[in-house]
Amino acid sequence: MSKKKIISRLIQIVVVLFGISFLTFLLTYMSPGDPARTMLVATGVMPTQETLDTLHEQMGLNKPFVEQYITWLTNCLHGDFGTSYSLGKPVSELLLARLWPTIKLTLLSTAMMMILAVPLGTLSAVYKDSPIDYIIRNITFLGVSLPNFWVGLLLMLVFCVQLGAFPVICSDCDFKSMVLPAATLAIAMAAKYARQVRTAVLEELNQDYVIGAKARGVKGWKILWFNVFPNSLFPLITMFGLSLGSLLGGTSVVEVIFSYPGLGNLAVSAITSCDYNLIQGYVLWIALIYMVINLLVDISYNFLDPRMRVKR
Amino acid sequence: MKKNFFLKNISFTIFSVLALLIILAAVFAPLITHGIDPLNGSLKDSIIAPNAEHIFGTDKMGRDIFARVIYGARTSLVSAFAVVFIVFIVGMILGVVAGYFGGIVDAIIMRIADMMIAFPGLVLALAVAGIMGASIKNAVLAISIVTWPKYARLARSLVMKVRNMDYVNAAIVTGSKTLHMLVKYMVPNVLPTLIITAATDIGSMMLEIAALSFLGFGAVAPTPEWGLMLSEGRAYMQSAPWLMVYPGLAIFITVVVFNMLGDGLRDILDPREND
Repeated sequence: MSKKKIISRLIQIVVVLFGISFLTFLLTYMSPGDPARTMLVATGVMPTQETLDTLHEQMGLNKPFVEQYITWLTNCLHGDFGTSYSLGKPVSELLLARLWPTIKLTLLSTAMMMILAVPLGTLSAVYKDSPIDYIIRNITFLGVSLPNFWVGLLLMLVFCVQLGAFPVICSDCDFKSMVLPAATLAIAMAAKYARQVRTAVLEELNQDYVIGAKARGVKGWKILWFNVFPNSLFPLITMFGLSLGSLLGGTSVVEVIFSYPGLGNLAVSAITSCDYNLIQGYVLWIALIYMVINLLVDISYNFLDPRMRVKR
Repeated sequence: MKKNFFLKNISFTIFSVLALLIILAAVFAPLITHGIDPLNGSLKDSIIAPNAEHIFGTDKMGRDIFARVIYGARTSLVSAFAVVFIVFIVGMILGVVAGYFGGIVDAIIMRIADMMIAFPGLVLALAVAGIMGASIKNAVLAISIVTWPKYARLARSLVMKVRNMDYVNAAIVTGSKTLHMLVKYMVPNVLPTLIITAATDIGSMMLEIAALSFLGFGAVAPTPEWGLMLSEGRAYMQSAPWLMVYPGLAIFITVVVFNMLGDGLRDILDPREND
């Protein structure tokens, strides 16, 4: 990726962020809920028309849409995402506190996913059309169709309720309480990626250099480990970047099941309590993180693939 | 010839029969459940383990789980087909228009699509469904809003491939109307690929709708919906595991069948995908 391309991608990120912020703001503006009412109810005050009106005035909710949006946007650009209506704390502070647990969960589940998917996919490719391949392909097919929230519940039923091996509520976010949520996420993803690893490895196995190496008498596992595997890494990295996106969204379901104190759980409770500032902040943050990760993935090709450096 | 086709694509045949069975079960739900009401139960029957009378047991309201699972197929199938139908039509129209006309129209449509794609789908769907309020209709809309760009991009790229071919230009030069060009020349080019994509997407759409309902942003109680049933059964995990086993199994089986069917259809319509 050339410098020019990186700059244009950065510009694109900014444009998308503007679009997303406008869209979510428009949606919250049009939505039937009233944040002032929610805020009053949260503090235990019975909302009267008078208090509602005063609060609308204070929060600027009675101003025209464009003015509200511009005020909110200017504040965001200054790093102020407003105050959460339901929790009474600054949005950035809340999001920041939840960010690390979610990142930890994402990394652990990605690691688990790789441990499952890479060997399965490689085995399946190397022993193409054998019983092993057939079994792995069918298992992965079933895995793709498994709803992850159901997997989570079943794991919980077996390991927490029946065996008592793990805590039911994972609010500490230590390693032990992260295992089951991470495993839930990993199982669904591993099934998907095992198939893609298979395709990637198969493609490499059909290259001329593999035949050449075989003809020169290089051992099969050596070719696999030193030649085929590094070359099939690129699709893996792309998948990794893409999977982070689905993980950022997908963790919310699992976080809710295991009461894990992550971003997704926060978002769901924000949505349930009509906490618009928090929802908007969450959507913007996730969008930013997701796009930056994808950009980094693309840039990483420069370092991993020598061919990309020559082609400018 | 006809017999040959079904024998040749044995897995496709099996799964289309299974899919048909699921659809029939949904359509004839009252017959299958012998008229048991999925919405009302008597509280004296609350939380009964599976037995001869209630083969899947009952929930806390005394409602029969088997009836609810069967009726749940209606919600799941209708909403998944609705999503696929909406994104298919919207994506195809916008994609074909963008690819055919190019220029500013293309730029606007594709920038919007890029914006949606550059963003984790479920997060936006969650926000949209949550802000608009919980209902199965809003869940369908939310998922459609984040899924159409995939179809639009596909349709556009397919149109771009044929846009400047001689036969297309010849048709334009000989005075074909624009609408005629779009419908008779462009749409047939994009249909097969889009149909394959739609068929393989039905399963994952079902999963997303169930996930939204599970989180409380889709179907609203007392609608029989599998995701919602799972989330209702969660609290009784220890004492009544059947509350979450059967609805989950129902989602799983249905999604497997439709995924397999989609895969089979792809193999038949698009032999290039075979390795």
